[in-house]
Formats: sequence, structure tokens, C-alpha cells
Amino acid sequence: MRRQFESPIVLLGARLLSPYIMVFGWYVIIHGHYSPGGGFQGGALLAASVLLIRVAGGRRVARLQIQEFATTPLAIIGVVIYFATGLVSMAMGGYFLDYSALPIPGMDPAWLRYTGILIIEVGIGLAVMAILVMIYDNMVRGEDYD
Amino acid sequence: MKAFKVLILALFAGILIYAASDLPFRGDPDNLMHAEESITGTPVKGNYFIQNAYRDTRTPNMVTVVLGDYRSIDTFGEQVVIYTAGLITLLVLRKTRRRRK
Amino acid sequence: MIDFFLGHYAYWFTILLLCIGLYGILFKKNLIKKTIGLAILQISVVLYFVSIASKWDATVTVLNPDIPVDQVANYLNPLPHTLMLTAIVVGVATLGVAFTLLIAIYNRYETLDEEELIEKLQ
Repeated sequence: MRRQFESPIVLLGARLLSPYIMVFGWYVIIHGHYSPGGGFQGGALLAASVLLIRVAGGRRVARLQIQEFATTPLAIIGVVIYFATGLVSMAMGGYFLDYSALPIPGMDPAWLRYTGILIIEVGIGLAVMAILVMIYDNMVRGEDYD
Repeated sequence: MKAFKVLILALFAGILIYAASDLPFRGDPDNLMHAEESITGTPVKGNYFIQNAYRDTRTPNMVTVVLGDYRSIDTFGEQVVIYTAGLITLLVLRKTRRRRK
Repeated sequence: MIDFFLGHYAYWFTILLLCIGLYGILFKKNLIKKTIGLAILQISVVLYFVSIASKWDATVTVLNPDIPVDQVANYLNPLPHTLMLTAIVVGVATLGVAFTLLIAIYNRYETLDEEELIEKLQ
């Protein structure tokens, strides 16, 4: 953003609202088994809470939150969580992404599938949040040059 | 010339609306896509998801089950797609900036 | 006749939305407006898929213990909802790529108008 304005009211409102949106995003991800929700929607909410601070405060305030270089590793972590779940279940003798072969003791296959869905939802949420923030950062940086 | 183009677009809309009169009624539970068996005699997937989702995964939300378990490879490919989209923004905008310096 | 109208008006509105998107893609000269038309067209397809998944007197696709699962007509069809859930996210990502390319074009040619862009390309 070429012209950054300093408005304490907008920044205060964004700072007040952002943690609640982030908590609600994690609620949507974790509670996606019992209500409408899941990884994509929760990830979009997490990205909204991060982008709110970035839009309101500019780059200097955004450096205190998730920094620009941290978004690419977060996206890779999200994708790797998903892929590693599939690979582990394949290594333990099942098919790729067949969660009933996950090596968690004391669970029957139905509850293992429940746990597997929870793990990959967290991975999807992390990846979607990091990628949306990454797109915003790169677009601002591309527009910003003189 | 612009009126001609708008006429072509209106004609296209008319053709689509005429074709839509052959579609099944919206919300009718006896549609082919909601039926127990398809035309070729195989079971319809949507009914299988409704009936067996809770028994298979103990998860009440059927959309989550279809997204995360039955069609999980589809979701994985889609996640790779959005990751690639993020990488493309990184590569394209970095390159223009360096060239301008 | 009234049954035919109630069963088909959702399709007509999605066709109207699709034609608005096509109008934006075909007739507007600005590339940003073309991209917005592309997004509207995609939303019309998403609405079409969601509308064919509906059943009258059915509940949402979250299991309610009071409603038996044997009667399939009690629940909406979960498959189109899932497909559109993934389609929306892919749409957002591709829209980001489209705007990225537009920013790259503007940085290099300093215009987004179609005809000026063709003149500058030659």
C-alpha cells in the first residue's frame, strides 16, 4: 500500500476484533465434526483475523504478528501434515489416506477415522490461512514498488 | 455492433432457459440423482454417504466425512492446487521487482 | 403450471447470473472488470450445483439422532455440497493468481485497458 494512513480508531477496533475472530476460526476447525464447518472455512476465518491487522495497521504493525517470511513454511507444514497422514497409514499396511491403519493404540477403526479427519482438517486450515496471507502480502509488495 | 453482441447473448440465454425446462424439478425427492438406484442399476453414491457416514467414522457431519474420508485424495489434490497458486504469486511478483531494479 | 414455475425458477436465476458474468467477460474493456465477470460466472455455477442438491422437507447434512437415516429423503444430498466447497476455495486461489498477473501487467505496461494493451504489445 503506497499511502498508509495512521488512524488509531481503526487500529484499536481491529485489535479488539482480531483475537475473537481467530478463536472462532479455531472453533470452526475443531468443531467441524458436529456442526457446519471444517478446514477451509476455519482457515478463511483465521486468514481474516490476520489480514484485518495488516489492512488496518500497515506493514510496521503486521511485523509484530505473523511475519512475511513465515507464511511459506506454514503453508508447507499444512500440506505436509496432510501428506504425512496418508503416508503413515500407507506405511502401516493400509491404503493411502486410509485412516483406519493409523498407529494409535486403543481405538477401533471408526474412531481412528474420526481422529484422521481431525488431523487433516488442522492441516487444511493451516495451509489455507498461510496461502491467503501469502497472496495478500505478495500483491501488496508487487503493487508497492516505484 | 454492440447491440448485435447483446442480441447474441440474449439468444444464448434463451437457449439455456429452453434447455433448463427439461431439467428435473428442484427439490423433488424422486429425482434420479436422489434415487436408490441409478439407470444402470448401480447404487447412487449420495445415498451411501447419507446412510453409512456415521457408522463408518462416528462423525455426524456428512460433508466433513465426504470431504475428509471418502474423497480425501480429491481434497489433497485441491490443497496442492491452492499451494501452487500461492507459490505462483510469490514467483511472479518477485521477478518483476528484481527486473525493475 | 405453478409446479413448473416453483421447480424451475432457481435455474432461471442462475442462468441470468451466468449471462451477467458472460457480459462482463465479453464486452468490458478493462481487465479487472473481466476478472470480476469471471468470478460472477463461477458463483453462478456454484449456486446451480447447490440448488440441485436440495430436497423439499429435508434437513441439513448433519446427523440428527431423532431423524432416521434409513429414509434418504430426510437429508440433503451431501455430494454436491462437498464438491462446491472445494470449488469455492480453488476459485479464491485462482482469483488471487489472476489479480497477481494483472498487477504484473500493470507494472510493466502501465495500463489495464484492452485496446491500449494491444497497441503497446506491438
